[in-house]
Amino acid sequence: MKRLAGYYCFAIATLMLPLLFPDSYYVTVVGVTVCTNIVLAVSLNLLMGYAGQISLGHAAFFGLGAYSSAVLTIKYGMNPWLAMTAGVIAVTVLSYVLSRPILRLKGHYLAMATLGLGIIVHIFFVQADQFTGGPDGISGLPVLSILGYPIDSDLKWYWTFAIFMLASVLFSLNIAHSRSGRALAAVHGSEIAAQMLGVDTARVKSYVFVFSAVLACITGSLFAHQQDFVSPESFSFFFSIELVTMVVLGGLGSTFGAVIGAILLSLLPEVLLVFEDFEVMIFGAILMVIMIFLPQGLFVAMEQTFFRLLRRKNQRAADVTS
Amino acid sequence: MSLLEARKLEKQFGGLKAISGLSFSVPENIIFSVIGPNGAGKTTLFNMLTSIYKPTSGSIFYKGNNITGMPPHKVAGLGITRTFQNLQVFLNMTALENVKVGCHLHSKSGLISAALRLPSVMKEEHRVRKMAMEVLEFCGLGDIADMPASALPYGILKKLEIARALAAQPDLLLMDEPAAGLNDTETMELCDLIVQICQSGITIILVEHNMRLVMEISHHVLVLNYGKLLAQGSPYEIQHNSKVISAYLGGE
Amino acid sequence: MDQLLQFLISGLTVGSIYALVALGFSIIYNASDVVNFAQGEFVMIGAMSAIFLLKGGLPYPLAALCGISITVLVGLALDKLAIEPAKNATVVTTIIITIGASIFLRGVALLIWGKEIYGLPPFTGDKPITIGTATILPQNIWVMVGTAAAVLAVKYFFDKTIMGKAIMACSFNKKAAFLVGINVKQMLLISYGLSAALGASAGILIAPITFMSYGSGVMLGLKGFCAAILGGMGSSMGAVVGGLLLGLIETVGAGFISSGYKDAIAFFVIMLVLFIRPSGILGKAESDRV
Repeated sequence: MKRLAGYYCFAIATLMLPLLFPDSYYVTVVGVTVCTNIVLAVSLNLLMGYAGQISLGHAAFFGLGAYSSAVLTIKYGMNPWLAMTAGVIAVTVLSYVLSRPILRLKGHYLAMATLGLGIIVHIFFVQADQFTGGPDGISGLPVLSILGYPIDSDLKWYWTFAIFMLASVLFSLNIAHSRSGRALAAVHGSEIAAQMLGVDTARVKSYVFVFSAVLACITGSLFAHQQDFVSPESFSFFFSIELVTMVVLGGLGSTFGAVIGAILLSLLPEVLLVFEDFEVMIFGAILMVIMIFLPQGLFVAMEQTFFRLLRRKNQRAADVTS
Repeated sequence: MSLLEARKLEKQFGGLKAISGLSFSVPENIIFSVIGPNGAGKTTLFNMLTSIYKPTSGSIFYKGNNITGMPPHKVAGLGITRTFQNLQVFLNMTALENVKVGCHLHSKSGLISAALRLPSVMKEEHRVRKMAMEVLEFCGLGDIADMPASALPYGILKKLEIARALAAQPDLLLMDEPAAGLNDTETMELCDLIVQICQSGITIILVEHNMRLVMEISHHVLVLNYGKLLAQGSPYEIQHNSKVISAYLGGE
Repeated sequence: MDQLLQFLISGLTVGSIYALVALGFSIIYNASDVVNFAQGEFVMIGAMSAIFLLKGGLPYPLAALCGISITVLVGLALDKLAIEPAKNATVVTTIIITIGASIFLRGVALLIWGKEIYGLPPFTGDKPITIGTATILPQNIWVMVGTAAAVLAVKYFFDKTIMGKAIMACSFNKKAAFLVGINVKQMLLISYGLSAALGASAGILIAPITFMSYGSGVMLGLKGFCAAILGGMGSSMGAVVGGLLLGLIETVGAGFISSGYKDAIAFFVIMLVLFIRPSGILGKAESDRV
């Protein structure tokens, strides 16, 4: 239980937020965006941080979830939960089929393949306008209900996303400290040694790719219902890069790193509202500076500093008593 | 019955024949050493035995089954594991976690059950932790269990790789130059460790340059030269074999 | 048949631009093992600087030359300020650094030049020349000639000059090059400058045909990277071949299949290449030592 102390604090803080600040736009609406980004970053972190792969196309799965919910409910009148399930099945199949050839690649080639995937899917969203409504998008999704209770207010959406986000973070933390998590990290550490210990590295990479894709897909479906509008703009190559930024900003390989990265980057536009014209430039500068000087990420850097200070304090205490 | 049998192995890289016409068999429960000058093909042989390379021709039999060209993780599943000439320790984990990966084949929870942290997963984690700690202590590494591997010195990492391989409970352990870079004290500790491992029932195939180590602990020695079998026999026989002497020291 | 000729002309024109961008990628990658995701921004900066210098009253040739020079300075700064400080970084880290650089440069361009689109006047007029039933603009010819000249110049540089060979040595083995007295850092710097010059030239060549804005570099850069992979990342001539080929495939595909999916074609082709033969047409397969 000590292992999850940090998580429990975070969970309590998240759930208390709307109670401490009732009727706050910031908490409910921005909160939903932050939760969305947290789940996406955490899912990407499993692939990039633990398994050591690169994906520059994660937004594609987010978009596929959103569009399957939107298209199936609006154009074909499907039940929203059925539509979401259909989207999950489609993404599972697609990501699994693509995972094998894509994950055989490494480094820049892998980056390019995932980039290509993201761009092709995005172009599809823009071009297939009979289905997707083209660049203008589509809107008019039916209300989503859980066990008969409709989610029809900002506050209810906040609870939905908060619980979904907390569950995802918990899953990620659980995976990290398990046989699967170790297998992932082993693939990252030395693929050949992992194979020699019986780890089917191709399968492990595939599974984590599919798992992170499905998580992004479900997030997309929820996002579509909450926004009541989907358009290709939200699922572009730039958003994929933003997600990668969130993961590396916090620290590759650390679930909480991804959480912090997501929170910081989601709040950044609000902070930069004053410097609106400078936003793009500052974003690029932040990316470069962090990656050059703190490549292990902010959260991991903070952890390291904290432990170094702790060790120094213990050392000093030991010196005093000796 | 021999544990491992190589039949007429050949490995060609473009125009270079790294291994040609190599046949030998390894009986159970011994320390079998492969020696030879640099470039003789020892690591290539190892890579073929562990399926990292596929032989150009010839076959490998393990416990009577043909394992030629089987995917490496399946070969590991049959009970063969190895350590590496260039250390392949997982530097992104602690020592204990490294060894826990060694237990991979003896545990089975998957991604979904891990995410949900089912009771079966928790029981298994307990068991794996115990197994891993036992192996670490067997190798004399119990007190550095929770240290990140990246902070450990070279000699300890070499031992850690062995511990990790042992955690997989192999029947056959291939060790690629385990004494490389070790000082005399560390080499003696390694000697003792290898003998202990063999005594616990594991067959060891060893590639080494350190002749004293090889001659002291091996039951059987095979000499490779230019990818071909030059001689094989007991350490005494090899030390007095004229072909071996001229290969290593130059002809008279 | 005549449609094919028209496709050939358009395809080779856009292919030439991809070739120049791909060549720039290839030079930096060979010298420093870094894939420079900001390569496309060199194209944009070269074009936009030239456009605004021209507007400011400079004569055309001088504006073009200054545009290239400004971009070269940007390239040198990129190496000195972003790449050199991070020399021991992992592949993922360097990818993200160059992506960050690309975003940063785009942000600066947005601040300086705003969101509007601009063009350059054609080098020698815009009267189309007819060949059979196909038409070709003088600028198309300039693009192809300019690209050929640049490629030949680069080839001469690497094959025949000491500096070029020194850079090649760095790409084979940095430590060895350093030990024989080559100033590796300086060679890398020159590579970046050279790539920037190539990118800027591409931008100035194409600006009279396609309009430029602060965001034009992104797709050009990505497709140039695709071309480099298609031709084989380690090979300069491969980059050129890849660029021309990609331009042709894209144009023909857009003509016969659909112009809306034009951009998707390039990436679809590249994913096929990556799945089947990642080393590309002229590249060599890689291997690891265990």
